[in-house]
Amino acid sequence: MKELRDKRIISALLVEIEKKTRKLQSPIRIMEVCGTHTMTVHRYGLKRLLDKAGVEMISGPGCPVCITPDEFHEAAIELVEENSNFILTTFGDMTRVPTNKGSLQVAVPASGSMVKIVYSPEESLQMARSNPQKAIVFFGVGFETTIPAIALTAYEAYKEGLNNYSVLSALWLIPPPLKAIVEAKDIAIDGLLYPGHVSAIIGKKPYEFIAEKHRIPGAITGFEPSDILLGITSVLDQIKEGKADVSNEYARVVKPEGNLTAQRIMKEKLEVKDASWRGLGLIPQSGLKLKEKYSSFDAEVKYNLNIKAKKRELPGCRCGEVLRGIISPPQCPLFAKKCNPDSPYGPCMVSFEGACLAYYKYRS
Amino acid sequence: MCLGIPAKVVQIDEPNQGKVDYLGTKIKTNLTLLEDVKIGDWVIIHAGFAISKLNEEEARETLSLLREIAEKG
Repeated sequence: MKELRDKRIISALLVEIEKKTRKLQSPIRIMEVCGTHTMTVHRYGLKRLLDKAGVEMISGPGCPVCITPDEFHEAAIELVEENSNFILTTFGDMTRVPTNKGSLQVAVPASGSMVKIVYSPEESLQMARSNPQKAIVFFGVGFETTIPAIALTAYEAYKEGLNNYSVLSALWLIPPPLKAIVEAKDIAIDGLLYPGHVSAIIGKKPYEFIAEKHRIPGAITGFEPSDILLGITSVLDQIKEGKADVSNEYARVVKPEGNLTAQRIMKEKLEVKDASWRGLGLIPQSGLKLKEKYSSFDAEVKYNLNIKAKKRELPGCRCGEVLRGIISPPQCPLFAKKCNPDSPYGPCMVSFEGACLAYYKYRS
Repeated sequence: MCLGIPAKVVQIDEPNQGKVDYLGTKIKTNLTLLEDVKIGDWVIIHAGFAISKLNEEEARETLSLLREIAEKG
């Protein structure tokens, strides 16, 4: 599907967008909720081209590495520094997030312990099978896209009686922070691009309140440059017609009802809890944890971890405001100075999907 | 983090494990989240799991819409 990155098609779509915004009061402010969208918007130079076409793109909270607050990272660091014969596994970006206690990358593991980067949660499970003398904790972070896979590993361990495996859950739901952002009204948003792969799991219904109650147009959007522009086109059409909808511009991957098998697995194995997000604070019913039946595979319960929300995170870091779309990364005084990809000060500069990294890497 | 890659299912083993071909590389993939997945299906892979089947008819529709826009422009 090379058309999705075809220069001629992208140019034609941008011309269409400009024609549409000319008839509206521009700039039209559209939030791309997902960090993977942020990367596409910047990698292909769309940010600048869209600015010229009358659309201002605002980055949203869809970067799980960024929104996982310090206390989780610090709990993971303590686990591996204080317990021997312990393997802490996680996705690559998670090891570099700086906290007041350092990062997992520079942690000094106790004797026989280590931090291992994995690509799939299943690798952690396999490590537990082949290292029965070690305790394996998977520091599992993710939104609905990743959550079913993480839940399945805990369930598999439960079935196999693999008692040396557990999950440190940093599992976050996308609709609650969107509700928090649109209700807070800190920023004016004319439209939303909904995350394609989260939507592949949850479908379109969980966003409908944004269209119906808050009258904000939106489009479920894929990850190629043409996908992003099609999503924007749909939002502009909705604005022009005076309606608010959840259109599906990624129908090749997203079914309106989502992935029912994945939804069933999440419902069976996990329960909803109130959760604190970096930058957004406590959001009711926005996180997930393993059900009590599986609690011996929940690292927070198993190791009696005291993960409490802190009042203050890294002083000076404005990642929280970036995640809410209140400021854009260059407005942070630390951006590209004290905070850069070689020496990130905050998580939004660490993650491959962090808005600060996207702005830094592809700045003109 | 929510990065997903389209790949073609080339092997299915029991239970719910298989391999997909991504640009010529065969990758081990967990198929638990998909029902009725067959060899030859295109799927989206995320963190080692297939999370969605690609709907070829919808893909063709998007492509023809894009071509139409390009011709008009």
